[in-house]
Amino acid sequence: MTSQNVAFWILAIAMGAGAVGVVRSRNIVHAALFLIVVLVGAAAQYIVLLAEFVGITQFFIYIGAIAVLFLFGIMLTRAPMQAGDFDNDQRWPAVMVAAFLFVVLVALLVQAFGHDEIQLTDKLLEASRTGPVADSIFRNFVVPFEVVSMLLLAALVGAVVIARRD
Amino acid sequence: MALNQYLILSAFLFCCGVYGVLARRNGVLVLLSVELMLNAVNINLVAFSAFTSHVAGQVFALFVITIAAAEVGVGLAIVLLIYRNLRSPDLDRVDQLKG
Repeated sequence: MTSQNVAFWILAIAMGAGAVGVVRSRNIVHAALFLIVVLVGAAAQYIVLLAEFVGITQFFIYIGAIAVLFLFGIMLTRAPMQAGDFDNDQRWPAVMVAAFLFVVLVALLVQAFGHDEIQLTDKLLEASRTGPVADSIFRNFVVPFEVVSMLLLAALVGAVVIARRD
Repeated sequence: MALNQYLILSAFLFCCGVYGVLARRNGVLVLLSVELMLNAVNINLVAFSAFTSHVAGQVFALFVITIAAAEVGVGLAIVLLIYRNLRSPDLDRVDQLKG
């Protein structure tokens, strides 16, 4: 039971509880805060997996920007701050679909990857530093990088156009 | 560390997200569930990147984070507009195209 394993299990239980809290909470602000628990857990998992740049980016972008954007959206749509019923009529079909999907996925994953181990080697550590990741983005993946930049610009302009008062 | 630990965690988060998208009535809560699904995919990508010692999985995880940010921006703008027009964030009331 290595320390990474212990860290993984603590984070996984916290993330699982947070995910259930997001989809089952009766208070909309609590749901957003449970999502922040999941995001922090994910960032910590990335650091356990030696993906330092993705972990820090997760903190900055997801928690620092997207979660704050959600809280602003909750405030601006005057979402009811007290407990409310946010589930529509399709709760039980949704539970069945999600449970079926989970069972199928777990069966396939256990069958396909049952014996594979992640080795946290020094080679992985050297390859996952910010420098090599940046090299990979700007050499092998420069076209998707440019396309994503244009997409961000379009989304930014589009969001302003959609939400403006005229 | 088994690879399956991460993959099954990712599957669980994804299925929670699927349930949330299908069962929640408020637009912001649906967007929160979509973010859950995107994070599940990211965990999958980074776990495989660690498994194969290839950095491409991390690069794609970064792209997914960027696209999620764009999508949340546009999604919340749409939810804001729905609220402004219908005076209620309830997605069940958006039914004008219904036959």
